[in-house]
Amino acid sequence: MVTDHMLRIEGLSVSYGSRRVLRGVSLEVNSGEVLALIGPNGAGKSTLVRAVSGVIPVEAGCIQFIDPARGSMDLHSLPPMERARTLAVVPQAAVMPPAFSVWETVLLGRTPHLNFLGQVSAKDEDIARLALQKVDALDLSSRRVGDLSGGEQQRVLLARALAQSTPVLLLDEPTSNLDLHYQVSFMETVGTLARSDGLTVLIAVHDLNLAARYASRIALLVAGELKAVGTPCQVLTVELISAAYNLPVQVIQNPFSDTPLVIPGTI
Amino acid sequence: MKIRPFLYTLLFLVLVVVLSIAIGSVFIPPADLGRILVGWMKREALSEPLKTFAFILTDIRLPRTVLVLLSGAALGGSGAAYQGLFRNPLADPYLIGVASGAGLGAVLAMSLKWPYSFWGLMAVPAMAFISALLTVFLVYALARVGRTVPTTNLILAGVAFSSFASALTAWMMLHSTGELHRAIAWLIGGASQAGWGPVLTVLPYLALGLGVLVLSGHALNLLQFGDEQAQQMGLPVTRARALILLAASLTTAAAVAFSGIIGFIGLIVPHVMRLWFGADYRRLLPLSIIGGAGALLLADVFARSVMAPQELPVGIVTAIVGAPFFLWVLRRAKNQGYW
Repeated sequence: MVTDHMLRIEGLSVSYGSRRVLRGVSLEVNSGEVLALIGPNGAGKSTLVRAVSGVIPVEAGCIQFIDPARGSMDLHSLPPMERARTLAVVPQAAVMPPAFSVWETVLLGRTPHLNFLGQVSAKDEDIARLALQKVDALDLSSRRVGDLSGGEQQRVLLARALAQSTPVLLLDEPTSNLDLHYQVSFMETVGTLARSDGLTVLIAVHDLNLAARYASRIALLVAGELKAVGTPCQVLTVELISAAYNLPVQVIQNPFSDTPLVIPGTI
Repeated sequence: MKIRPFLYTLLFLVLVVVLSIAIGSVFIPPADLGRILVGWMKREALSEPLKTFAFILTDIRLPRTVLVLLSGAALGGSGAAYQGLFRNPLADPYLIGVASGAGLGAVLAMSLKWPYSFWGLMAVPAMAFISALLTVFLVYALARVGRTVPTTNLILAGVAFSSFASALTAWMMLHSTGELHRAIAWLIGGASQAGWGPVLTVLPYLALGLGVLVLSGHALNLLQFGDEQAQQMGLPVTRARALILLAASLTTAAAVAFSGIIGFIGLIVPHVMRLWFGADYRRLLPLSIIGGAGALLLADVFARSVMAPQELPVGIVTAIVGAPFFLWVLRRAKNQGYW
């Protein structure tokens, strides 16, 4: 089911009050691709994800979803319901009502395909079950969200986003609270999904080496401006990274994956 | 959807209704209740003692029972909605000040002209509604810190505003003459207004308010994840919030306008329902409405039988049971961050 749709962000600027957080960011993310958004704290990664998802106002620029079958859609002018059919989000440090079960939570991902009463059909339940299966969390179904570990919660949020059945997936630092094992398995899952389902994935990550290993392309954001976009080899260079993070670094080859491996020096 | 929780809650309500129409200054044995019902259904003439019972039933017990039942339904439903809207287990129309705000509006309307006419009677809930809405916005704005509304702030702002509104209400009542003194008894929460008039007047407000609330379970489920996630899942958050807030405040105002300020039903009932039957608001809302009706009616039966022939205001009964419950919930929420 791979189609060649894409997410196009053009000249995006966002301000919080008088403070400019994003300045003219332009990016394209293709279907089947994982684009990792990296950058130091406060560079605007989360803001970019939130702006694209439509929950904060955009000052200038546009966010388009281009689908050869349906033409291009301006995501910001869509009502929330229709936008949620195009784009799903795995938020950072998400609020989770502890008394909800995992199953109830994932079913809520079906919202944009339901009526306002939220009545689910057998098909919706099948999709939710499949989503839980894809993130290897089907056995958690009856657990309460409040009783889950951080890694389990992240997988549930990913399952909920997948249940939305959208062509575009946004993730905001989904691995920052996970241990090494879950970081790798989470990113593996996301990469596999992008390829097998032709998803367009934009993911904000802190960990450069995780980005290097699992992203098809990387975008480097510094102080609200896009400094570089390209393959991991093109972006994770000594010059770009040491300048962006204000820290001397070395870049070697990752013996597991032949991708760049960034090693921080001392200040 | 699971049917069992509804069966249990409805069974509880039916039992309390039977109690409520049986117990009073004249005890009507349930067997006679049955005979009267059968007689009505068969359209037969009732025997002489049954006739008296039937009169007490239709003109005194039933209207009161229905009014209390409707008020309880309103408090249970709006309590569940406020808890969902504020994502706060301690939100209750009484504790966040909405009930007192509605009471202030109602007394204001009464002090202008005690509702003798039908339209006068309709104006009381309308004023109560407007002043309930103003209260919600005021308390919410006072309690808000950035994008969150901490529990303590919400309760403090609610209690502070509540005292202020109650003081104003008391002052107005002291400076009025005659009829308004009846408002005092009413305000502590005793459904002493007799006859079917109040029931018929309150019905349209409640049907509208509770109708919207029953349909908003899915939206409230989404709102439990915070406004941002709710919108990302497709909910038009601002519109949904406004609609639910309007409906909950209308419901509270209608209950206050006809039964006075009754605390804690809106806190206890949704809480118990959540504990027993889960957090899904599509289920929680109707269950809180039915459960609220039963709970307030039970409190009312107790209030009029414990010191018979004297009547306790029902608000005293709900407070005596509710305040300790409130403290228990507060401690529990602190210890577990869980509800």
